[in-house]
Amino acid sequence: MEWETVIGLEIHAQLATRSKIFSGAATAYGAAPNSQACLVDLGYPGVLPVLNAGVVRMAIAFGLATESTVAARSVFARKNYFYPDLPKGYQISQYELPVVHDGRIEIRLDDGSRKTVGITRAHLEEDAGKSLHEDFHGQSGIDLNRAGTPLLEIVSEPDLRSAKEAVAYMKAIHQLVRYLGICDGNMQEGSFRCDANISVRPVGRHEFGTRAEIKNLNSFRFVERAILFEVERQIDILESGGKVVQETRLYDPDKDETRPMRSKEEANDYRYFPDPDLLPLEIGPEQVEAVRAALPELPWQKRDRFMAEYGLSDYDAGVLSSARAVADYFETVAAGVADKKLAANWVMGELAGALNKAGLDIAASPVDAHGLLGLLHRIEDQTISGKIAKEVFEAMWAGEGDADAVIEARGLKQITDTGALEDVIREVIAGNPNQLEQYRAGKDKLFGFFVGQVMKATGGKANPALVNELLKKLLAG
Amino acid sequence: MKLTRDEVESIAHLARLGISGDEIPPLADNLSRIIDFVQQLERADTEGVTPMAHPLNMTQPLREDRVTEPDQRDLYQQNATAVEAGLYLVPRVIE
Amino acid sequence: MHAMTLAQMARGLAAGEFSSAELVRHLLDRIGRLDGELNAFVTVTGDAALEAAQAADAARAAGTIGPLAGLPIAHKDIFCTAGVKTSCGSRMLDNFVSPYDATVVERLRAAGVVMLGKTNMDEFAMGSSNETSFYGPVRNPWDTSRVPGGSSGGSAAAVAARLVPAATGTDTGGSIRQPAALTGITGIKPTYGRVSRYGMIAFASSLDQAGLLTQTAEDAALLLGAMAGHDPRDSTSVDAPVPDYTAGLDAPLEGLKIGLVEQFMDEGLQPENAAAIEAALKVLEGLGATVRRISLPNIGLSVPAYYVVAPAECSSNLSRFDGVRFGYRTAEPRDLEDLYKRSRGEGFGAEVKRRIMTGTYVLSAGYYDAYYLKAQRVRQLIAADFRRAFEEVDVIVGPTSPTPAFELGAKVDDPVTMYLNDIYTIGVNLAGLPGLSAPCGFVDGLPVGLQLVGRAFDEGRILNVAHRYQQATDWHAQAPGGAFA
Repeated sequence: MEWETVIGLEIHAQLATRSKIFSGAATAYGAAPNSQACLVDLGYPGVLPVLNAGVVRMAIAFGLATESTVAARSVFARKNYFYPDLPKGYQISQYELPVVHDGRIEIRLDDGSRKTVGITRAHLEEDAGKSLHEDFHGQSGIDLNRAGTPLLEIVSEPDLRSAKEAVAYMKAIHQLVRYLGICDGNMQEGSFRCDANISVRPVGRHEFGTRAEIKNLNSFRFVERAILFEVERQIDILESGGKVVQETRLYDPDKDETRPMRSKEEANDYRYFPDPDLLPLEIGPEQVEAVRAALPELPWQKRDRFMAEYGLSDYDAGVLSSARAVADYFETVAAGVADKKLAANWVMGELAGALNKAGLDIAASPVDAHGLLGLLHRIEDQTISGKIAKEVFEAMWAGEGDADAVIEARGLKQITDTGALEDVIREVIAGNPNQLEQYRAGKDKLFGFFVGQVMKATGGKANPALVNELLKKLLAG
Repeated sequence: MKLTRDEVESIAHLARLGISGDEIPPLADNLSRIIDFVQQLERADTEGVTPMAHPLNMTQPLREDRVTEPDQRDLYQQNATAVEAGLYLVPRVIE
Repeated sequence: MHAMTLAQMARGLAAGEFSSAELVRHLLDRIGRLDGELNAFVTVTGDAALEAAQAADAARAAGTIGPLAGLPIAHKDIFCTAGVKTSCGSRMLDNFVSPYDATVVERLRAAGVVMLGKTNMDEFAMGSSNETSFYGPVRNPWDTSRVPGGSSGGSAAAVAARLVPAATGTDTGGSIRQPAALTGITGIKPTYGRVSRYGMIAFASSLDQAGLLTQTAEDAALLLGAMAGHDPRDSTSVDAPVPDYTAGLDAPLEGLKIGLVEQFMDEGLQPENAAAIEAALKVLEGLGATVRRISLPNIGLSVPAYYVVAPAECSSNLSRFDGVRFGYRTAEPRDLEDLYKRSRGEGFGAEVKRRIMTGTYVLSAGYYDAYYLKAQRVRQLIAADFRRAFEEVDVIVGPTSPTPAFELGAKVDDPVTMYLNDIYTIGVNLAGLPGLSAPCGFVDGLPVGLQLVGRAFDEGRILNVAHRYQQATDWHAQAPGGAFA
């Protein structure tokens, strides 16, 4: 039987606020255990939550960027369950009335096709703390620094049909939240993670199959691997006449498999009800418009503009608009040169390669956009050739100064002096009488040989166009 | 209506309340009476009435995104009975 | 000295007739002698009180002092007090020392008010008789075989026995007004949102409100201004100016329209109690007010609605007591579930467990709509009844409690009978309105109360009516005799 995969993702994006969603404690990652857990985060008796204005602005920005409805009125609810990383015994979340709903985002797949994925809703909630399982005499240690960190939970429609689509969607959301500056997207630190709801059904069937929820996937690779494993597992079960159990599972990257989550075995009854410590969140049109006015250019808008404005290919525009820092770097360089394609090639080629090799983010690049622009200016004004420029770039990367300083110090300036170059050419011709004879006898391709010899003799510094011109003249005799 | 022993036990489990065997019959009896009592609400005609979650007809105030809480872990952990290396200790958590 | 009202004490301090330290020492001595019988206090903070009193005296000598400085008060043990045990009447918090002050405590402290101690209460404020406290029942100074009412029973008994001139309380379904009525003092529950809930250990967040128990309405007016007002740490605290409640106390009652709730005057009310209410209304008419009967058609459903909403909120509010970060932790738990179940099972008393169970049940899957949502709709109907009534009248009146103080142990076996004690007070919490109980007579030698209900944020009006009534009567001036004289 042919099977169709149906996937919906619930992405948890930690919002990049300074303080927590309901308290004034810091959200910085990596602090000493419980040093950023204040009375509200600890769920102390008597304390009360007050909503952070920053998270509201961020939720609105996400809603606008995904063509969603930003709810004029949304409500915080309590999700009740007991767990040591949940200090109050309930998580403040949004249930019936989320702040954002009914949106969409377009994703692009590797084969160049496009697909629109529906966003059911995005709601605000607080993150839980962490249980540390190192052995404290057979006990676990609880760190509540993360408790109360704001999350935007972004729930997709079950529109995704393969692991590849799921990853493309997750990447699109990842790119968007970083563009918007509402999430740092750091997956190692857990700032961006997702749960995947996965089911399979026979091709052509309309009803969904029974789904399994895979919790806490914190890399694109794990999302892909977990889905591939889970789909195969479910198909095996169905094809051998079994039934898929609706359950929560965990992906184990070491074994590359999913397994049922023990702590979630019992059926949960979360007893949601509106949180009486918080009032309905109302968002007026003026507030929405203020956020809209401050929205940055979105990734797909930038991509289109790069194609139109700089004449870039769809692919190049996509790479250069992948992240805001990359796009800003590129635009700074492109603004200073006449040949936009030259700027694109250098950013995507030499620079990207060096960053990749060094494992650096573009923000930490030893050669900044103005540095690279200085180098490209020397190419455009023919001070150096493209080939020499690579050497200059390497020196700049190594900290030997800006392009001009490197060219000067290493004596890499092109020879553009006609007289001097003619002397070199005459010497080359004189030193290769056989080749000269054959050339004059009509063996035109020996021209390249002479160019090579001239370049060799000048250490690559001769202006190639000038070499061509002079060689033609002098070879003709 | 009369809550069964199983129902009482499952509510107690949801609420993580340890109750002993001999507490169950009186609890079942009391809870059943309370539930019977509140069932009078069925009498009210509430067709089209908006549920009232709150006496205030106000909206949620917002606080500026500023860090206002310094680290006071040592003070706050004075009320905890099991703490080590700044962590609260609980019996092993299994995921 | 102890028989004085707070206002009289304020005048005495201002006139230099006695110092705050003398006053505090006198009251501490009285507490030491008499509280063994009453059990009104969980904690007495004698040394800190004397220190604060001396500081107030020194500030007075230096001329830098507000009108409330040096006046004594007791706080219900539901308010967090920095460095002082805050038990909420529960074994669960018997070992809990709050690291911070509730806003109410902080504001009164800032005004120079001196805390003498923390008063006993029903466990987590769940009760109407003060019999559910981990620290044992509080006794009514009018008859120590009887309850003082609850849940602010310790505060009520302490004020009634003149151990302290004023005490804070909290009122979720009548927990200030009912004990005030049963002990012959004045109790005010302000409008929901008027006083910050920050630092007040939550029972039912959409109903809880902090207030005062005092001898007179004037005393309540004096303190309420210092307690009330917007608090940015409480999202449900209202950002509206706080009037000077003392300024309007003497306003004449001519033209005041009073509505007597006809549903409250039915067979459920003891006839002698009803007679006391009628007599009180005559006094108010004599002062220029007009009285008419009004109807609150849905008020009869307020108790069942309350016993869905309040337990639902409480079941969630009390989940934080899990033995991990504070409070009671069971010995040697086998595993996580055992830690939770035994810590909570052993730390909470029977009534708290009943309410948590009720709340868990009404919120659980399949019952939410039938109970919780239905109760919220009925709540809306009750609030609408009050709104309609206030289109016709300025103040609504009725009895505070159906009977005077009952014997200890009389109602503990039947939760529903106990819940019906709050039949006249609960609707006011559901609607979020301000309510006040003032002493209006005696039935079989026990005090009974007149309840006044105002429009939202119109505390000034009910204080004014109560004050004028107290100018014309002396029920509020009667104090228990015998050992407590």
